[in-house]
Amino acid sequence: MRLIEYEGLRLFTEAGIPTPRYSVVDDPNQAVRAAEQISPPVVLKAQVLVGGRGKAGGVRVVEALQDVGKVAGEILGMEIRGERVKRLVVAEAVRHSEELYLSIIVDRTSNRHLILASRMGGVDVEELSKSHPEALVRAPIDPLIGLHDWQIRMLLAHLKLSSETAKQFQDIVKKLYSVYRQYYCDLAEINPLALTDDGRLVALDAKIILDDNAARLHGFKFAGEAGVESEAVRLGLNYVELDGDIGIICNGAGLTMATMDLVYTLGGRPGCFLDLGGGASAERVYTALKFLFNRPHVKLVFLNVLGGITRCDEVADGIVRAYDEFGGSKKIVVRLVGTREEEGRRILASRNIGYFTRMMEAAEAAVKQTS
Amino acid sequence: MAILVDRNTRVLVQGITGRQGSFHTEQMLRYGTRVVAGVTPGKGGSEVHGVPVYDSVEEAVRRHPEINASIIFVPAAGAVDACYEAIEAGIGLLVPITEGIPTHWTMQLVRYASLRGVRIIGPNTPGVISPGECKLGIMPGSVFTRGPVGIISRSGTLTYEIAQNLTEKGIGQSTCVGIGGDAIVGTGFIEILELMARDPDTRCVVLIGEIGGDAEERVAEYVVRENYPKPLVAYVAGRTAPPGKRMGHAGAIISLGVGDALTKMRRLREAGVRVAETPGEVAALVEEALRARQR
Repeated sequence: MRLIEYEGLRLFTEAGIPTPRYSVVDDPNQAVRAAEQISPPVVLKAQVLVGGRGKAGGVRVVEALQDVGKVAGEILGMEIRGERVKRLVVAEAVRHSEELYLSIIVDRTSNRHLILASRMGGVDVEELSKSHPEALVRAPIDPLIGLHDWQIRMLLAHLKLSSETAKQFQDIVKKLYSVYRQYYCDLAEINPLALTDDGRLVALDAKIILDDNAARLHGFKFAGEAGVESEAVRLGLNYVELDGDIGIICNGAGLTMATMDLVYTLGGRPGCFLDLGGGASAERVYTALKFLFNRPHVKLVFLNVLGGITRCDEVADGIVRAYDEFGGSKKIVVRLVGTREEEGRRILASRNIGYFTRMMEAAEAAVKQTS
Repeated sequence: MAILVDRNTRVLVQGITGRQGSFHTEQMLRYGTRVVAGVTPGKGGSEVHGVPVYDSVEEAVRRHPEINASIIFVPAAGAVDACYEAIEAGIGLLVPITEGIPTHWTMQLVRYASLRGVRIIGPNTPGVISPGECKLGIMPGSVFTRGPVGIISRSGTLTYEIAQNLTEKGIGQSTCVGIGGDAIVGTGFIEILELMARDPDTRCVVLIGEIGGDAEERVAEYVVRENYPKPLVAYVAGRTAPPGKRMGHAGAIISLGVGDALTKMRRLREAGVRVAETPGEVAALVEEALRARQR
């Protein structure tokens, strides 16, 4: 789960990482009041999860107080790559001469936490790692041992900061690591980490990605992903919305992805990824189907189940229930094999619901009916 | 012979009295797996499908010193704790089935297990099966048959789909290993490939990958570097997955420009691996690989 910037800034503030003075607002009047307190120039920043908000005009520096309301009004209500702007951060514009980069990530390859730092901050780290790989310094953290001073010394040896700035940097790394550990982050990033004209390091942005497993287990509450995907989460469904018209629903993430790919290969357009997980009950199948039947962009539902711990009779019961309720409102293609498949197919046959046994044949039928 | 599990595997089930633990204990017993004991703290002295239950792993191992593998059905909050307990009791192979363990916890567990010389398969895995010898997992035994093909996979149901296609074509499997769908897993593709390279029963290996991380890319490098001695067939799921979205498995996410399916497929092809475009093609490519080898 990716946090919105202001939530990340709040975690930084709590941990004692220096940030600009800022307020979170959701209308232009509040923005003006916030700007008055901070005193311009201020930066107005759209609080959205999609990338590229700067290029889209979602981040603007305002010099004069009388312009704040107008600019805030322009940004609020904007749509940035499909995401509506509902909140703004009004932040002190921090004069700075240099932008650094600092992050801590889970490195899957080495099974270590990894600190990444650079003097060339402010740009996208992916681009930086391609264009100037030598400018990006890495220090590993063994999960059994944790962060010690040597890793920071290793970073500082490359960064060549003045001794006063180096001391602040050391402090910020430790605090960022504590946020990263406390909230079980996949990523905790400060970009840019500004070096101000008067020699202070200040985090101008906060990008935090939480491990969904940890967030669920520890009950972390954040605004997080908005919209339809959060509704699916409330229903306990693994759902990702896509832009096609075939709603794909399977048991198991790998099979769901493979089914999406197969539909696409055959010339169809997947409209979603919906994974039922293992051992789905009739109730769960019904809930998932109902959810898909209510998604307007989905024209046809393609259910592909290979039952291991999932029982085909349970799946068939769920299909029948959804079918009774939504009948012919949407087409449905069913492929059903595995544990208790005879029972499952009997249930479907008793209601004249057709089914396939081969994944390829079912996918072909689904694509044919939507083209 | 097979790898990881065989006739000599003696199994402990941790979390045996839970719904999943008890159900799959019965399924494993039916398959012929030697499940000799179970553990659920506080439920010592009871039985599940005739299997004695103990309060601690230490006690189970003391009473049944032949135990050499543990399958873990403990929920995410306690699964790592259960693994540490099993490591301390000296069990050398752990299979945590559990989904939803925080990545930071798994990282620590995996590092510790490697220092202690303990092999972990998973977490978030369907387990391991050597058909006809031992099923240490939750996969439906009926789709697998004994034969020459090793399968290594990051997914569950997709593996059953492909194994079933192979079985229908009369091609059996030596050992099938679900390495797990999480971002961090105990044992990776390459370590299993090494075991399969040395296994006389395995004549061809099927890799089932998916988006996220660089495990498939590392396989491609490894295969070329080591001049891998057996033919490989691969399928990679998720070419239509959008970047930045987690596709069901915790590990299935394209992030920071790493982990898309097409790159993985291309790198594997460049390494000489036969790469299937659809799951249905895998069986035909395996047939071709086995025939080419016989010549």
